[in-house]
Amino acid sequence: MAKRTPEGPPPPPAVQKLRVRYARRGRLRFSSTRDFARALERALRRSGVPMAYSAGFHPHPKISYANGAPTGMASEAEFFEISVTEQLDPEQVRSALDDALPDGIDILDVVEAAPGALADRLEASRWQMVFHDIESGELEQVVQAFLAADTVEVSRMFKRGRKSFDARQPVLGARVEAGEDPRCAILTVVVRHTTPAVRPDDVLTALSLVASFAPPRPPLVTRLAQGRWDETTAEIIDPFDG
Amino acid sequence: MAPTLVGMPGESHFAALEPLLERVTKPIQYVGGELNSTVKDWNCGGYGPKGDERTVRWALMYPDAYEVGLPNQGVMILYEVLNEQPDALAERTYAVWPDMEVLMRERGVPQLSVDGHRAVRDFDVLGISFSTELGYTNMLTALDLAGIPLHAADRGEDDPLVVMGGHASFNPEPVADFIDAAIVGDGEEAVLGATELIGEWKAEGRPGGRREVLRRLAETGGVYVPAFYEVDYLPDGRIQRVAPAETGVPWRVGKHTVMELDEWPYPKAPLVPLAESVHERMSVEIFRGCTRGCRFCQAGMITRPVRERSITGIGEMVEQGLQASGFEEVGLLSLSSADHSEIADLTKGLADRYEGTNTGLSLPSTRVDAFNIDLANELTRNGRRSGLTFAPEGGSERIRKVINKMVSEDDLIRTVAAAYGAGWRQVKLYFMCGLPTETDEDVLQIAELAKRVIETGREVAGHNDIRCTVSIGGFVPKPHTPFQWAAQLSAEDTDARLHKLREAIRADKKVGRSIGFRYHDGKPGIVEGLLSRGDRRLGRVIEQVWRDGARFDGWSEHFSYERWMSAAERALEGTGVDVAWYTTRERGESEVLPWDHIDSGLDKEWLWQDWLDALDETEVEDCRWTPCFDCGVCPQMGTDIEIGPTGKTLLPLTVLGSGKQTMVREQAARGA
Ligand code: SF4
Repeated sequence: MAKRTPEGPPPPPAVQKLRVRYARRGRLRFSSTRDFARALERALRRSGVPMAYSAGFHPHPKISYANGAPTGMASEAEFFEISVTEQLDPEQVRSALDDALPDGIDILDVVEAAPGALADRLEASRWQMVFHDIESGELEQVVQAFLAADTVEVSRMFKRGRKSFDARQPVLGARVEAGEDPRCAILTVVVRHTTPAVRPDDVLTALSLVASFAPPRPPLVTRLAQGRWDETTAEIIDPFDG
Repeated sequence: MAPTLVGMPGESHFAALEPLLERVTKPIQYVGGELNSTVKDWNCGGYGPKGDERTVRWALMYPDAYEVGLPNQGVMILYEVLNEQPDALAERTYAVWPDMEVLMRERGVPQLSVDGHRAVRDFDVLGISFSTELGYTNMLTALDLAGIPLHAADRGEDDPLVVMGGHASFNPEPVADFIDAAIVGDGEEAVLGATELIGEWKAEGRPGGRREVLRRLAETGGVYVPAFYEVDYLPDGRIQRVAPAETGVPWRVGKHTVMELDEWPYPKAPLVPLAESVHERMSVEIFRGCTRGCRFCQAGMITRPVRERSITGIGEMVEQGLQASGFEEVGLLSLSSADHSEIADLTKGLADRYEGTNTGLSLPSTRVDAFNIDLANELTRNGRRSGLTFAPEGGSERIRKVINKMVSEDDLIRTVAAAYGAGWRQVKLYFMCGLPTETDEDVLQIAELAKRVIETGREVAGHNDIRCTVSIGGFVPKPHTPFQWAAQLSAEDTDARLHKLREAIRADKKVGRSIGFRYHDGKPGIVEGLLSRGDRRLGRVIEQVWRDGARFDGWSEHFSYERWMSAAERALEGTGVDVAWYTTRERGESEVLPWDHIDSGLDKEWLWQDWLDALDETEVEDCRWTPCFDCGVCPQMGTDIEIGPTGKTLLPLTVLGSGKQTMVREQAARGA
């Protein structure tokens, strides 16, 4: 007997590609990128977005994810792309999808994809780290010591074992401010995306290496922005601009 | 360390939990906020005439990890049913993993609900649903973390009532020390009854304290309160009698039975977790009960009579559930789904309705016949045909007569031939080892069967790329079944028999490589058997093993047989009974069984007769299709079995995906 193949017509083709920016807030910062992917596929079905599917026995909706923030960190600037089989109004998609997702995963912005790959528009991130029970003066000193170094080697476990890499060079800038509460300090860093990516926890490791810095509690981390890096203005450009 | 958090009752403790989340595996399981979850106002029920609060608050626990507990239908149904009541609220709580337990003890964070992160101790009732006895130690962890005394006798007015439900409550005796009450049978109507009663008592200003509210519950005849019963033992260790020790309390406690499933279309809005769970789909229960009368099957016996949901009722639930959840797969749930009287129309109707929407349909059915394969084919019209499962349960024709699984070897071969012929490449066969009267020969016959399956499969498929997996586990005799008197096979004998079977399967190299062999060793079965047919004397064993570190006994990586045996030896010292007495001992007709005062609707005389028939290798028919054999359930319920056919069909209509109308550009433009 011959092997079975799917019957019927092939799935309808994609006619439009949409780019989506979303935030992961509050307690939902503990969701992983896989958790998000599952939730998104379900939300797309609930809201009725006419997704384009791959062919075969196990059709998959065409979604591509870009550079998700690590589990446990909040974000105001996460991105993905979907392909759909009809021309849709991006704002309608935004509100329908936002309604279909749990509170704390909030769809901020949907645009029609401009040419080129989304990943090419994500060159750097701005991260905010809020430290409790640390004074800004103390943090400032540590950060200055870090900035003064040329390289700071850190290591972290990857799927294929422990790897060492430099956590200093990719850091394009760092600023310390006092929080509203005097016992609270806020560090903002801009990091260029490299391989492996330097994450806020790597920066933290680097701080502890240059100045034996050990915060009593891990900081609350939020990605504030992600986009192209403009050397001249030293700013992150919104990936949906231009 | 005892929980140290202070605050208003019903307050969220998320701020205390949050720092721990950074340090545990899979923190998402503790944060709640799932789609379709609810957090209600702590005082949604308002106040009684004298200002006494009347809100009845349930913490519902599934005593296993979140990933297992979240998809549990029972808890999901009760959660929704209770939250629909204006003056009740329900939140969920699950067993925390050992890494979290350590941190919670260190920081004094108590057991919390996942919804509002409210302290479990703040609720009026902690309802725990046990599908298996292996969750008992997790209950003790939760009580301890919650700051609720382990022993019901030590609880005070501020402690919740600890109420158990689920299949294990058909013999609640082993946990009699720890629970305040047990609700037996279907929960949805029963929790509403209990809620009303507790609400009234609260509004009256809690007269008589917890003893009084428990008494009122017990007087209904449908709630078992172990403290109101006394157990006497004979000198040889058997039970002499179990009798009420309180006036107004019934001798026997009846099970609850919801007769009209169509009136209870729950869950309407299934919970959708962010975290990965063991069932990545929604389920619709298409009927309750089973009449096939397999003698080993507790689920089939205790859920009688059969009550079907109508084809149109099922259609609505599927549609509503998909809309509310976005799941890509629907399971049509029941004990033996192919037995629904309109299953063919139902599967065809659903397959038509959801054609082209990338919605998967699944039907848990292990019936060994060609019809079952037709159904499976219908459900996979355009999908991959990977595996089909059949459950002959016993290896030889003789043993299948003993267990009343009426499948001949030729039936089985015909069925698998049809499956391979339809393009299915993998067939899974379920068996049990250690059935009453079983010998090595009965089990070794499984190897012969598997070989014939492969040979037949290769022939009809025309190629060798087919597989058969034999999955086998030890049989555990359960209360309220004809095998409740049977001796359980010891762990050593079970393992020895399984070993011989594996050798026999491997012996034939030519077919052996196409046969997979999966088995569960006999040790966990002995602990399950101990707890299933145990009595109140086991409370000390459970407490001891928990103090020795037992947690998550349903997980092989956490389960320790040695820990259980050593705890049992110490805790049962001086009682004259031991693990073997509870497990491998055959009981006699006149013995008082620890669960005799829990009424499952089945006549004990009928069960005994069925046990004798089993030993005689006499089969009984399915009462769904042939005349009643008087098990006792139907007359007692004052009904007949509730089945169709209704003669209705499903219209090929779905609103799934209709949301796109608002998004499509032309329409949006026209509307503007
Ligand atoms: S068919 Fe047999 S094993 Fe299956 S649920 Fe019914 S009685 Fe139990």
